[in-house]
Amino acid sequence: MQKNKVTCILCPRGCTIERNVQGEKIELNGFGCKRGLEWAKEEFTNPKRILTTTLHVKDGEIEFVPVRTNLPIPKDNIFEAILLLKNIEVVAPVEIGSVIMKNILDTGADVIATRRVSKKNSSND
Amino acid sequence: MEKYRVVIIGGGPAGLAAALESFKNLKGDKRVLIIERDRFLGGILNQCIHPGFGLHYFNEELTGPEYAHRFVEQVLENRIGYLTETHVIDITSEKEIVAVNKKGLKRIKADSIVLAMGCRERTRGAIITPGTRPAGIFTAGQAQRFINIEGYRIGKKAVIVGSGDIGLIMARRLTLEGIEVKAVVEIMPYSTGLRRNIVQCLDDFGIPLLLSHKLVKIHGKYRVEGVTIAKVDSQLQEIPSTERFIECDTVLFSVGLIPENELSKKAGIVLDMRTGGPVVDNTFSTSQKGIFACGNVLHVHDLVDNVTKEAQTAGRYAAIYSQHPELFEDNIHINVVAKDGIRYVVPQKLNKNFVQPFVLRFRVDNLYKDAVVTISNAGKILIEVKKSILTPGEMQSIEISQKILSQLDFSSDIVVSLQNI
Repeated sequence: MQKNKVTCILCPRGCTIERNVQGEKIELNGFGCKRGLEWAKEEFTNPKRILTTTLHVKDGEIEFVPVRTNLPIPKDNIFEAILLLKNIEVVAPVEIGSVIMKNILDTGADVIATRRVSKKNSSND
Repeated sequence: MEKYRVVIIGGGPAGLAAALESFKNLKGDKRVLIIERDRFLGGILNQCIHPGFGLHYFNEELTGPEYAHRFVEQVLENRIGYLTETHVIDITSEKEIVAVNKKGLKRIKADSIVLAMGCRERTRGAIITPGTRPAGIFTAGQAQRFINIEGYRIGKKAVIVGSGDIGLIMARRLTLEGIEVKAVVEIMPYSTGLRRNIVQCLDDFGIPLLLSHKLVKIHGKYRVEGVTIAKVDSQLQEIPSTERFIECDTVLFSVGLIPENELSKKAGIVLDMRTGGPVVDNTFSTSQKGIFACGNVLHVHDLVDNVTKEAQTAGRYAAIYSQHPELFEDNIHINVVAKDGIRYVVPQKLNKNFVQPFVLRFRVDNLYKDAVVTISNAGKILIEVKKSILTPGEMQSIEISQKILSQLDFSSDIVVSLQNI
């Protein structure tokens, strides 16, 4: 199923951009700016999202570390990526930005930690 | 009694930015203290693991913990004092603070205080929801903490009540966690959340957003078994025979936030009924001299970037106060008044001793298309800004430049109002 209408999220104006396909010719209407047009082209042909979730950390001062993909990945890969991530084990200490999984599902995106997690009982309080 | 130049209550984004800016602006004795009740600095940002933070402030897209980290690192580098797992239980107009932690009771004296306690979520009680009181009912932010920090699985099938940003973001989060979100139910004819969240959290996953619908009843004895919803008319009254049962075991409420001002009240600070936060002037000074407020304790923001900018201003003036309190004495204020379609405006006053460029932040009271926001003074229009769309969910801001300030008549109010074209 192809969507022929998207709402631009780049600014609060939130233009509704429509796609009209007439044979070979594809026409986009309703965009308010050039950035919006580029965004809509991408959104119609290859929508991508940054994926974020949490992973269990062994020996961490907290039990879960938040992670994200460092680049947006194709929307269609999101659920597969999440299942893959849930099976990996992260061991403390984890530094913010450190790579948890390289090139997930060959998307070219790495999964990185978004929080520092020290080892359990290493803090001096 | 311990003494500090500036004490910040709350270690979230507002508190961190205010502390850093106070520290930078203090000369000589630079003792600044942040008091935080949770285990870590960063506040609610720690549980906001989704992207979308920092687009305005850092020009890049960060998650909540990453955004917080940038400020926490600076706090650590500058060796700014902070106490975690410490709860402030009282502040006085004399700027004495009573806090409690594992070690016991602590009394602290500050030259100036910055209130940065954030806000609380409204609960099912706040919207008077009929039905039983089984397990499985959460506020959206509470569910967010349970899932993202504690790692609990909170249910299997959920209905989200209210379409505020936290509710929308939790719709996506629950879906990714394998919890089926049956619907987001919104009583208003529009969503109060940001558009990008409607697109990326609901549309992406085909989750229905039921506008002009209300939750009629929660069912279930021990655990939620379902909810009944119904359509409402333009008066928000239930339309008979539109009732529908949705089976679910979890209900999330995302029905608004209220600034957390219990401490402010104790200190005798005057609150604004519309924002729920203190009345402040352009220095972010409250009605109690030397006590400043910023972030969600002042008024509820939708972007943390705006919180940071506001908190920096509050922090800077808190530092100035600790060195020159006389500049804040007997100052004469003019009022900034919200009218005609503008629900509220912050700051609510302008201090004549600090006539420096500042930002007016405000929200409209309804959905408006092709409207003009005007700022006028003594019957003269100073600024006109055309807006193609205005919603209560998106905070607006207008900068008051030096040029505009130079035209002000200080015997008259500044009026912010909305006109249709």
